[in-house]
Amino acid sequence: MLTIKNLHAEVEGKKILKGINLEINKGEMHAIMGPNGSGKSSLASVLAGRDNYTVTEGEVWFNGKNLLDMAPEDRAREGVFLAFQYPVEIPGVSNLNFLKTALNEIRAYKGLPALEAREFLKLTKEKQQLVDFHSNLMNRSLNEGFSGGEKKRNEIFQLAMLDPQLAILDETDSGLDIDALRIVSNGVNKLRDAEKSFVVITHYQRLLEYIIPDFVHVLYNGRIIKTGTKELALELEERGYDWLKEELHLKESV
Amino acid sequence: MINSNEIIDDIANKEYEFGFSTDIEMDIAPPGLNEDIIRFISAKKNEPEWLLEWRLKGFAAFKKMEFPKWQHFEMPELDLQALSYYAAPRKKKQLNSLDEVDPELLATFEKLGIPLNEQKALTGVAVDAVFDSVSVATTFKGKLKEMGVIFCSFGEAVQEHPDLVKKYLGSVVPHTDNIFAALNAAVFSDGSFVYIPKGVRCPMELSTYFRINAQNTGQFERTLIIADDNSYVSYLEGCTAPMRDENQLHAAVVELIALEQAEIKYSTVQNWYPGDKDGKGGIYNFVTKRGICKGTASKISWTQVETGSAITWKYPSVILQGDHSEGEFYSVAVVRNKQIADTGTKIHHIGKGTKSRIISKGISAGRGDNSYRGLVAVGPRADNARNFTQCDSLLIGNQCGSHTFPYIESRNKTAMIEHEATTSKIGEDQIFYLNQRGIDSEKAVALIVNGYVKEVLNQLPMEFAVEAQKLLSITLEGSVG
Ligand SMILES: Nc1ncnc2c1ncn2[C@@H]1O[C@H](COP(=O)(O)OP(=O)(O)O)[C@@H](O)[C@H]1O
Ligand SMILES: [Mg+2]
Repeated sequence: MLTIKNLHAEVEGKKILKGINLEINKGEMHAIMGPNGSGKSSLASVLAGRDNYTVTEGEVWFNGKNLLDMAPEDRAREGVFLAFQYPVEIPGVSNLNFLKTALNEIRAYKGLPALEAREFLKLTKEKQQLVDFHSNLMNRSLNEGFSGGEKKRNEIFQLAMLDPQLAILDETDSGLDIDALRIVSNGVNKLRDAEKSFVVITHYQRLLEYIIPDFVHVLYNGRIIKTGTKELALELEERGYDWLKEELHLKESV
Repeated sequence: MINSNEIIDDIANKEYEFGFSTDIEMDIAPPGLNEDIIRFISAKKNEPEWLLEWRLKGFAAFKKMEFPKWQHFEMPELDLQALSYYAAPRKKKQLNSLDEVDPELLATFEKLGIPLNEQKALTGVAVDAVFDSVSVATTFKGKLKEMGVIFCSFGEAVQEHPDLVKKYLGSVVPHTDNIFAALNAAVFSDGSFVYIPKGVRCPMELSTYFRINAQNTGQFERTLIIADDNSYVSYLEGCTAPMRDENQLHAAVVELIALEQAEIKYSTVQNWYPGDKDGKGGIYNFVTKRGICKGTASKISWTQVETGSAITWKYPSVILQGDHSEGEFYSVAVVRNKQIADTGTKIHHIGKGTKSRIISKGISAGRGDNSYRGLVAVGPRADNARNFTQCDSLLIGNQCGSHTFPYIESRNKTAMIEHEATTSKIGEDQIFYLNQRGIDSEKAVALIVNGYVKEVLNQLPMEFAVEAQKLLSITLEGSVG
């Protein structure tokens, strides 16, 4: 479904991604780990089309389409969803109105009619339960004054509402207490199916106890330096990243 | 991928939708401002002697005045001698019905979305259409007449209802008020007149649509609205002008008088040509608008949506003379490109228990500059006066400006005056967040702006709220940065 080939990108003249290769198939759950500043959020931003990043080399294909040619909103409409590490606040725009607009824009792109008010509300109720999202947050301004945990839940709630093909979760676990982490993870697990794929960016093995990944990638200095299965996450938890860095330097000095 | 700069350019080059001009035979006076032209206008309009005298007093006052210097922008040079002070579509004889209006004119208004044909007209809205200096048609006159409502051009009111005009003309905005008001008094062309008799709730929205067409003319209308005891009227003005490279001056005067327990709601959707992206051309909108709540428990409410003009400079004000009278000011002012707005309100609390509410929402994009300037004055007699002011600024991009100048003068200890102000910015990260949810940048800006101005647009009559919302989206199209 998603193929990333030799992806290089820079921001403000600084090289951040230095040749990412990644293949994600339908139904797979990929975890991306790596030390701070290694480029995880940058990869997510480039895939979502943030315009301060410049792709200098490489290709990204999504369901046979050139993702890098598309405007950010079209990527979203095609089914790429990014749960932001730092969701923004938008005063004056109610959560409800925002979601209705988003959902109907995506539907319109697919040639579907706008959802009727009743159906929309029904869907909203159903998906709120999935992540235990408090309904009084619906009429408030988007993320304004939400707690860190509420913002993260809102991201997963939106994910449930918009039903994308590929969901990228950027450190959704950070800022969540253990109960919230369990609820959000359960929500994500319920959304998993054979058609959907996930990329979960995290620092902690903890999340991966709830959301079991098919693959774990280590991103370091703009490159994926190791790929394994969930055992790799455990190993990282125990040993940190230094042994990997050393391995890498050995390889590079050969 | 489109970057922000391209989008900004995009909007700058966006055509002003109403920029066409109409080819029509006009009577135009030669340029120049002097007593002769004033006498010419007065004679052309067959005015009584007292009105000519009043005009001449206005001109005398004007000659003694200088342009003010307190505004937060550089005053452009105005060559008032280069303007023509009278332009009117040539008509062969007195018109008796709409059928006799020049079809070219009807077509112009139709194109502007203001059908003057009563069958096609918006139900529930009576329209007075002013083309350059002259009122060309008023719809639903008959129906209004049945209820005793007078809604006609100013010129007609002078002929048909001279006593009312004489009694109230200049009673709220005297001919000595300020230089533009003095100029208007001297050379005013036409405008609208409204009288709502005692106890009548005007059954439809009254609306005036102003259109500047001719080149090198100024537009100087006067509007006079009198709501007699226990009456109610909602009045709306809209305006557009062709795109022209030179600036055009619009110096109108609006006077509102609310008697015992009367209520006047005055709404403006101002969309004069704003000039091009470099600030060339556009209307100078220097307007004096003031209402007086003369009667006990009377109410005047101004709502304005200002999207056009090169410079908007006006302060719709309310004098709260009657005890327990109420004044409101709701405003959305948008500037982009090199537009300037210096606008706000003045509320004078004179009577006891008077209340006022000011909600101002400024939006600045491009290299626009937006100032809110407001005065809340409470006199010694105004026991328990209340004011609430909310003054918000929204910035789009990094090159625009926004300023707030609130003045408070209280001479009564029991007065309660509250002022709140916020400044926010539409950030790229907000736009990107919305993009990432499938909403394109135009819609994203519209979504944010609509949320921001909701409180003001809710004050407009339904049809106009929808229009205003569209106008805002069009105005801000592509202004993401
Ligand atoms: N807008 C920016 N301008 C300059 N440098 C940036 C910008 N955004 C990210 N970076 C840099 O890119 C690198 C990768 O950052 P990021 O992708 O956020 O890492 P991670 O998510 O793995 O912690 C860091 O060195 C960071 O400082
Ligand atoms: Mg990050």
